[in-house]
Amino acid sequence: MFRNQYDTDVTTWSPAGRLFQVEYAMEAVKQGSAAIGLRSKTHVVLASVNKANSELSSHQKKIFKVDDHIGVAIAGLTADGRVLSRYMRSECINYSYSYESKLPVGRLVVQLADKAQVCTQRSWKRPYGVGLLVGGLDESGAHLYYNCPSGNYFEYQAFAMGSRSQAAKTYMERKFETFTESSRENLVKDALFALRETLQGEKLTSSICTVAVVGVGESFHILDKETVQALINEFEIAGEEEAPANEAAPQDQGGDAQAGAADQGPTDQGVAPMDI
Amino acid sequence: MPIQQANWSPYDNNGGTCVAIAGADYCVIAADTRMSTGYNILTRDYSKIIQLADKSVMASSGFQADVRALQKVLEARHLVYQHQHNKQMSCPAMAQLLSNTLYYKRFFPYYSFNVLGGLDSEGKGCVFTYDAVGSYERVGYSSQGSGSTLIMPFLDNQLKSPSPLLLPAKDAVTPLSESEAVDLVKTCFASATERDIYTGDKLEILVLNAEGIRREYMELRKD
Repeated sequence: MFRNQYDTDVTTWSPAGRLFQVEYAMEAVKQGSAAIGLRSKTHVVLASVNKANSELSSHQKKIFKVDDHIGVAIAGLTADGRVLSRYMRSECINYSYSYESKLPVGRLVVQLADKAQVCTQRSWKRPYGVGLLVGGLDESGAHLYYNCPSGNYFEYQAFAMGSRSQAAKTYMERKFETFTESSRENLVKDALFALRETLQGEKLTSSICTVAVVGVGESFHILDKETVQALINEFEIAGEEEAPANEAAPQDQGGDAQAGAADQGPTDQGVAPMDI
Repeated sequence: MPIQQANWSPYDNNGGTCVAIAGADYCVIAADTRMSTGYNILTRDYSKIIQLADKSVMASSGFQADVRALQKVLEARHLVYQHQHNKQMSCPAMAQLLSNTLYYKRFFPYYSFNVLGGLDSEGKGCVFTYDAVGSYERVGYSSQGSGSTLIMPFLDNQLKSPSPLLLPAKDAVTPLSESEAVDLVKTCFASATERDIYTGDKLEILVLNAEGIRREYMELRKD
């Protein structure tokens, strides 16, 4: 997959019909620290692992409020994520100004995706190296979308991205059918459980993670450390989760493509990820 | 055929009056709710007051279409500020923003006569008064709009410190309590309603203090 003669420019196709620069951008997302999202009928929860470079530095901000009804979690090149968050905020403000109403989540992610696509078709640009989990509420309910550097986007019941995100996906694949009717508290707990899976044994504390919620009657906000720690204490004392249930069904229920694509290993030479 | 003059104006005056009074730890902002055009009333129930931030409230009279456009611009700018600074705008900051926004349209102005009221960073009441193109000043009290010529001299009489030329030297007028200020505002509007045809119907009062914000209404003469 790496080091071939067709990967210098984003505007160069490979003979197999792939754009390697875009795929490399998606690699950057996989290298970022984990971020997960899950939704019920009325709430969306975003959670991320916040690793600091050293004890002396502050944690990287990975979850951003975009508007009262939309928030985003990022993984990958966080600088790109910051810039795209600013774009999303600006779009929400302009829409509110023009239409005196909230920008529907589905419209925002299309705009984001189109913006990402531009960078895959200009020789003087590079793709954004960041994956975005956009969670929000609008008239048609609660939504969770994943936006890819390739310019693709999908809607999900639950999703995880970044390093060791497969562990979180496995956990959520077992439980996702319960999410739709889940209460807000259980949704947050499931998010923390899923996040813990990505830590591979490391202790989950509120100092290394960030959790944010948006829902009916609840503006998007990041939960404070005390609240998160209280929830962690509640379930870590409760002990390990129960044994896995039925075999995993596809994560996304809307008939969209497999979530596993984004996590394909380097050895998979078959389907190009953004083809789906 | 006699010579015809161009007679379309982009502006209209929807009338109305606004008042704001600052106290030691509160601010009262009030405006009538009558919206008119010419000698006609468009509605008896239109609010000229908007809360722009936690501690900033603006009341504007003049051309309400321009007032609404101005309010939307300030609301959007406040959102941007909150995203960038992770906090609400202070009243003095909003005051400067309002001034800059008005001057931005120096050569096609917002026909909007504003008073901005709120609490400063120390929790003291502050009132800022503006002209249509952004000239502003922090004051203890102010009124704008069609009834301002009737109200302002009365407020001067009640609130202004006596002339420094008077001897023996007299202190500033005793500061008002919150309820006294609200009563004063009601008196102002009751009187202005009598003689200003564009002021009346209902009075909307907002009181901003450390506890938060309170809204009160009072009926005014409808003729």
